[in-house]
Amino acid sequence: MDNIGLATGEIFLLCAICVILIGDLFVSENRRQMSYLLSQLTLVITLILTWVVAPETGSATAFGGSFVMDPMSKLCKSWILVVSIGVFLYSRDYINARRIMNGEYYTLALSGVLGMMIMVSSSTMLTLYLGLELLSLSLYALVALNRTDEKSSEAAMKYFVLGALASGALLYGISMIYGATGSLHFDVIAAKLGEDSSSTAAVFGLAFVVVGIAFKFGAAPFHMWVPDVYEGAPTSVTLYISSAPKIAAFAISMRFLVDGLETAHASWQGMLIILSVLSIVIGNVIALAQVSIKRMLAYSTISHVGFILMGILAGNDQGYSASMFYAITYALTSMGAFGILLAMGRAGVEINLLTDLRGLFRRNPVYAAVMMVLLVSMAGVPPTVGFYAKLAVLNAVVQADLVWLAVLAVVFSVVGAFYYLRVIKYMFFDEPAETQPVDSSLDVQVGLTINGAAMILFGVFPGLIMAACVAAFAG
Amino acid sequence: MKLLYILTPLAPLCGAIAAGFFGKKLGRVNSHRVTIGGVGIAFLFSLIALFANLSGDGSVFDETIYTWMISGGITFEVGFLVDRLTVVMMTVVTSVSLMVHIYTIGYMHDDPGYQRFFSYISLFTFAMLMLVMANNFMQLFFGWEAVGLVSYLLIGFWYKKPTAIFANLKAFLVNRVGDFGFLLGIAAVLMYTGTLNYGETFAAAPELVGQTMELFPGTAWSVLTVTCICLFIGAMGKSAQIPLHVWLPDSMEGPTPISALIHAATMVTAGIFMVARMSPLFELSETALSFVLIIGSLTALLMGLVGIVQNDIKRVVAYSTLSQLGYMTVALGASAYSAAIFHLMTHAFFKALLFLAAGSVIIGMHHEQDIRKMGGLKKYMPITYWTSLIGTLALIGFPGFSGFFSKDAIIEAVHGSHITGSGFAYICVLLGVFITAFYSFRMFFLVFHGKERFDEHTREHLHESPKVVTVPLILLAIPSVILGGFTIGAMLFGDYFGNAIYVAEQHDVLAELGSHYHGALNFVLHGLQTPPFYLAAAGTLSAGVIYLYKPEIAEWFYKKFGFVHRLLDNKYGFDDFNQKVFAGGSLRIADKLWSVGDVKLIDGLMVNGTANSIGLFSQFARKLQSGYLYHYAFAMIIGLLAMLFIFIFTT
Repeated sequence: MDNIGLATGEIFLLCAICVILIGDLFVSENRRQMSYLLSQLTLVITLILTWVVAPETGSATAFGGSFVMDPMSKLCKSWILVVSIGVFLYSRDYINARRIMNGEYYTLALSGVLGMMIMVSSSTMLTLYLGLELLSLSLYALVALNRTDEKSSEAAMKYFVLGALASGALLYGISMIYGATGSLHFDVIAAKLGEDSSSTAAVFGLAFVVVGIAFKFGAAPFHMWVPDVYEGAPTSVTLYISSAPKIAAFAISMRFLVDGLETAHASWQGMLIILSVLSIVIGNVIALAQVSIKRMLAYSTISHVGFILMGILAGNDQGYSASMFYAITYALTSMGAFGILLAMGRAGVEINLLTDLRGLFRRNPVYAAVMMVLLVSMAGVPPTVGFYAKLAVLNAVVQADLVWLAVLAVVFSVVGAFYYLRVIKYMFFDEPAETQPVDSSLDVQVGLTINGAAMILFGVFPGLIMAACVAAFAG
Repeated sequence: MKLLYILTPLAPLCGAIAAGFFGKKLGRVNSHRVTIGGVGIAFLFSLIALFANLSGDGSVFDETIYTWMISGGITFEVGFLVDRLTVVMMTVVTSVSLMVHIYTIGYMHDDPGYQRFFSYISLFTFAMLMLVMANNFMQLFFGWEAVGLVSYLLIGFWYKKPTAIFANLKAFLVNRVGDFGFLLGIAAVLMYTGTLNYGETFAAAPELVGQTMELFPGTAWSVLTVTCICLFIGAMGKSAQIPLHVWLPDSMEGPTPISALIHAATMVTAGIFMVARMSPLFELSETALSFVLIIGSLTALLMGLVGIVQNDIKRVVAYSTLSQLGYMTVALGASAYSAAIFHLMTHAFFKALLFLAAGSVIIGMHHEQDIRKMGGLKKYMPITYWTSLIGTLALIGFPGFSGFFSKDAIIEAVHGSHITGSGFAYICVLLGVFITAFYSFRMFFLVFHGKERFDEHTREHLHESPKVVTVPLILLAIPSVILGGFTIGAMLFGDYFGNAIYVAEQHDVLAELGSHYHGALNFVLHGLQTPPFYLAAAGTLSAGVIYLYKPEIAEWFYKKFGFVHRLLDNKYGFDDFNQKVFAGGSLRIADKLWSVGDVKLIDGLMVNGTANSIGLFSQFARKLQSGYLYHYAFAMIIGLLAMLFIFIFTT
């Protein structure tokens, strides 16, 4: 058991999940706050442990080379944990108000976090698959958490079946690559393919792997589950799905495509171009026709995934770091947007339609301002972080001589600006349907305000995140 | 020191944010406390920087604090360059600003926009500090635009008053013309030197001598001349030089005299400062220097003349400011950069004094601003009277007062200059001395001496202004008297500025003056024997004769030379010309563009056309999302197959 200490964070998290799971059984219904506090504490300690055990520079492996700790995994894990802390904060009141099974939400979400951390740190296809399935299974269960709700169960069923299909494709691809190279380790695969890059079997496997990853990302044409799940799942779960897993999905793409199959770059670049173009076009255009804000944000996510893929397909360090920046900042943005929806809802009142946001400015000017900043950031308007993220990705694509792709992305971003601005119009210029002010607990208010301010802060000082992203790929 | 420099602009920014966003929660008193605290800190730090620089070895702080982004090989940075030029500006800006903040407590006491006003003036201080402390063009431009924005907000502070809205729009548009030139200048710098950093630009500048560019096919223009003139156009906008001066008199629409002071004593110096900062560029182009010289001398003369016919007390002071800015610009054109900064500094104090004194009079007269309705105020407002006298003497350059040293130095410098146009400029600035004395004392006599021309009701309430007003007056009167004499030796003839200002040897008029310089006292004695002194004396005397003893002369003059009066009263027709040709013309063009280009082509065909077709497509594509699981799975399989086909069977 060499270097097992590197996984201290994950091991702690696993133990804590068990404790919370059991503890939850013995806590009475009205003291459920306990699980929440314990979960937050767990995330904070995991974050600290991750920082403590991460090597100062370079990378280190454990478990016979199947678990790796490098700058990228440290950065991705940190942000996954930070985002999850925010997710729990925003979700708490929603869950309490609806009496959705409290302890289960936190334990399932925490095991999802564990899955993501394993994905991020995987250096063999097996660990990667293990982490991915841990996340996916948690997500299926989370979506179905509101058992009595028809939509919720329907969404969970669809997600589960399609997810199984995608996992099957991924696993099939893994087996093809294993057959072609005789190894599960990414570094060995890279070395083997370096000698013989024209292996048809490997490229064949690659296509399946890309499909699997595209599904997890929610990239078109493997995006069909996204709107249904976003809409059907309880909003707190939608919040969870739309934020941290995007960072993890980015990380596994990097592990697979760059660490393992970089020599086949020419092949996967073409595949990713198709995915990214379809995602940006379909995401932005269909979002226009939506009347449900959750579905609209789902399509918006699809288009943002297109941008994340664009950075990866550029195939240079600049693109990878831009993509990482995009994934991290998008997770923060999306978290804030769903956080506002959660804060607006009350027991018995779900925020689902775009028109539900009418007159938010009158009901709570701070939330309206925060939501505006978040939407403007999604649309990519300076000085918000969304602008800088798009700029960085486009820059990388132009560097890779794919100017047409950059132009297309910009044109469809303009189309996308419409539906973001429409929401802003509803919030500020329309009369509210009900005049009751929107109120929530102090910590949520503070969290959302910081979340909104961060959009501008990181937009003006992108270096605060970008420097770390660049450093992660500089070695 | 680095931390100190970073905190200096940030302190007023924090104050502005606090008062601006949380003003209601903080309340009035806390709002002014927090903003005054912020500016006070900035002032304190500026003083520390000043003394550190004076006592230090003259080493220059030039560091990049934060790299915002690197795009296409160009770095956009935030960085500070603090040398002796910067510390002078920092001290002037923060001290005047601090004074304004304190004075505002009294002046804006009952205004509903109290917190908003404090937020604006603190934001202004931040922007101005960013501007003067910049070490690159990018940040300079940021500060430049930010001051412009705040000035827009301040002029239109009373946004329910139509004239204020007109004035702030005008200021904004006129400055836009200047800023456009400025931006072109910066672009030229970037294009030919490849960098926005001052140090690197100045180092690269000598290589540009002799290089030409084609603005129109077949014509060759010196790169440096074009760059410098473009930059100077920016300065013309901000420092209100002819013909971009039209906004400054109107800017008096804001809450006077505070915003007037912000504009007249602080913001307008940005252009002067910028040219001085760019001295290594300007020195390389004599054509640009001549341009600067002539524009400056025209402004100095013509704006002074307009001052004679103004009857609004604050407008007289405003035109006097324009004329004095002309003097500073003349000094820049004559390569006497340190004289320009010197005059800027002394002017800041005595002009602040005059503005605040005017404010004091306005308060005393119950917001009556017409000097024809005043007179004999001396016995009612003794402190205002004496401080005004000091300010006026300093303005006309009475020997021994601080204005004398700076103005005389400029005139002597122009006299000694050999640049094309310096002969013309010399005549202009000499005449300007007479005119300055004339209009200043015209106002002074009309306000404080002679018959009382106001009604009984006003007289009953007429008394000296409260302490918040008079104390700043007294505080400002002191430097107006002594500052010049104390600092002239070091600033003009000593080596105070060191490497901060570069003057080519063949242009160095101040060095020549310096060889005859034997202490401030001798300078005063010498000043008593030169034409400017007699001209100033003549101006004062004639003002006294005409407005105190023989008003018939003025009457006679109006009758005989009515057209001159009309010309001056119309301010040479600049406003009418702009209003008719630029504003009217662009309205007509815009109207055509709107009816044809916008409504038919863009809206009709392109915007609504694409929006409709995308909308239709969107509705169609939405149908694909049927909700059936097997459709979804089918789509996935199709996608997978397509991937395989494209990448396996085609390669």
